[in-house]
Amino acid sequence: MSTSEVPLTARQVTRRRRRRAAAQTWAEFRSHRSGVVGLGILVVFAAISVGAPLLADESGLLVTQATGGVLESPSGEYWLGTDDNGRSVLTLLIWGSRVSLFVGLMATAISMVIGTLVGIAAGHYKGWRSTVLFRLTEWVLVIPFLPLAIVLATVLGASLFNIALVIGITSWPGTALLIRAQTLSIEERPFLERARVLGASDWHQMTRHVLPNVMPMVFANTTLTVAIAILTETTLSFLGLGDPLRVSWGSMLDDAFGAGAITTGAWWYIIPPGVCVILVVLSFTLIGRALEEIFNPRLKERR
Amino acid sequence: MSNRRSLGGRYILGKVAGSLGSLAFMLVLNFFLFRVLPGDPVRTLARNRLVSEKQIAELTATLGLDQSLPQQFVTYLQNTFTGELGLSFKYRQPVADLIGDRIWPTLVLVGTGTLLATLIGLWIGVRSAWNRGSRFDKLSTGSSLTVYAMPEWWLGLILLAVFSVGVGPIPGIFPTGGLISPGVDPTSIEGVFDQAWHLTLPIITVTLAYLADYSLIMRSSLLDEMGQDYLVTARAKGLRDVMVRRQHAVPNAMLPSVTLIALNLGFVVTGAITIETVFSIPGLGLLSTEALEVPDFPLLQGTFLVFSAAVIFANLVANLLYAWLDPRVRA
Repeated sequence: MSTSEVPLTARQVTRRRRRRAAAQTWAEFRSHRSGVVGLGILVVFAAISVGAPLLADESGLLVTQATGGVLESPSGEYWLGTDDNGRSVLTLLIWGSRVSLFVGLMATAISMVIGTLVGIAAGHYKGWRSTVLFRLTEWVLVIPFLPLAIVLATVLGASLFNIALVIGITSWPGTALLIRAQTLSIEERPFLERARVLGASDWHQMTRHVLPNVMPMVFANTTLTVAIAILTETTLSFLGLGDPLRVSWGSMLDDAFGAGAITTGAWWYIIPPGVCVILVVLSFTLIGRALEEIFNPRLKERR
Repeated sequence: MSNRRSLGGRYILGKVAGSLGSLAFMLVLNFFLFRVLPGDPVRTLARNRLVSEKQIAELTATLGLDQSLPQQFVTYLQNTFTGELGLSFKYRQPVADLIGDRIWPTLVLVGTGTLLATLIGLWIGVRSAWNRGSRFDKLSTGSSLTVYAMPEWWLGLILLAVFSVGVGPIPGIFPTGGLISPGVDPTSIEGVFDQAWHLTLPIITVTLAYLADYSLIMRSSLLDEMGQDYLVTARAKGLRDVMVRRQHAVPNAMLPSVTLIALNLGFVVTGAITIETVFSIPGLGLLSTEALEVPDFPLLQGTFLVFSAAVIFANLVANLLYAWLDPRVRA
């Protein structure tokens, strides 16, 4: 009956199947109300950080060109008041979103690459290689995050990329353990046995068979890792370990704390950056939880 | 019976060996971290003006930088195990003494905070999972997720502004920082109460910040158990709902929670560092953030060592507790 149709190549079949799977995932995602809310918040913040030059003049970040008074409360001209240098808090907030999102995504990318590579390799190989990787992951996992990040950031020096690097290399073990567990269950499936029998190399097995199957888990985990990475960036900047040349939400809070905004009651300098952090982190968490429920069949059952 | 005990012994030995591995890994990491500094490590370490030529000479001697790398490592291990952690640049005192002086406030803060957060968090988690979809569940899950998304020190800043400085009609009743009022003897009864009063708000901050994590963990592990057949059996036997929950569901849900709570201790230490900074509590956390400003490398190295060793030890305790709670692991 389908003889008149041009037979599809394997690649086309795969592509169609993937597209259908993506459409199905999206349909399922839309049924998670909290996930959709999270996505909405995220889109708003992404738009703000991309459109920062349109929303606020970059010269507003320069201490020397500050136009307002010291710690002025919100007014018609400065919607969120001014900081201790007379800069508009709203301008700082808008430009700060760039640093927070950039560091969050960059750190997550680093963490995901390391975590996925280690996880898949630890699950795929047998024997000593698997043991070494698994032990390494466990060891790094128990080392407390912030003390290690503080030490690394001090040693490497403060710059935007270094902060992302520090967060990336301290946050991969959780991902690696998750991916390893997932890989172990995929390794048991018949298609991998078939690939092994046909003489596929380890690299081929890992990249062509294991990786596409762990990708959904990686994806769900990514959004949760971004949340943690943004929180960590804020904390490191608050401790003065951020890039000194750039304004981020964390460095704003550090300045506010240093300028005594707490005792003078300058709430407009403390509440907005914190609320922004909460909203962005919450949006990633909500999206991540929704994706986790979609991709993890065990969680899906209980809904 | 003896067979059973030996298997339990193997589990314990395995966990102890794992923790020793972690400890060894951390020691090696600590050694190399401060030796990968570009250029002459001592000069780089001492790039600030607070460090005198004499201290540089001292540092070269303590680090043993004139020796070969394996020899340096042996010196480093000997120093670490004898508690010789070097001299702090900032305080010009042995790092080990500084840590010994400052460890108590942190222990009280982290200990009390974790205990309260675990108890309250587990209770909330159990209640919201058992009545899934109820108003309590929605409220607690929503607020847990919000607190989870909050930097814990920001929560501290807000609590400090509201309850120590005072906002509008709320008077500032708590002290704004420090561990004790000036002129009070810390060993007197009054001093003890004064310190407890100073620690109240920081402990509330730690509790609130981590309660969210624990209630979410407990909620999800109890939800995992709730679909299981043994609960249907328990109900079919005619057990009351409370008994099904207490005797069957919660003990099983506790198991994964214990491991996750232990792993979370690393984050509580993180919280202690920033919360101590916000409330100026003179503990190990404030000590490390003060060390950052200089930067005081020997002190940073020392606090990193203590924090990591403490978390590794706490994880070991949790793993042993797990074995004690779960007969399947023992047997």
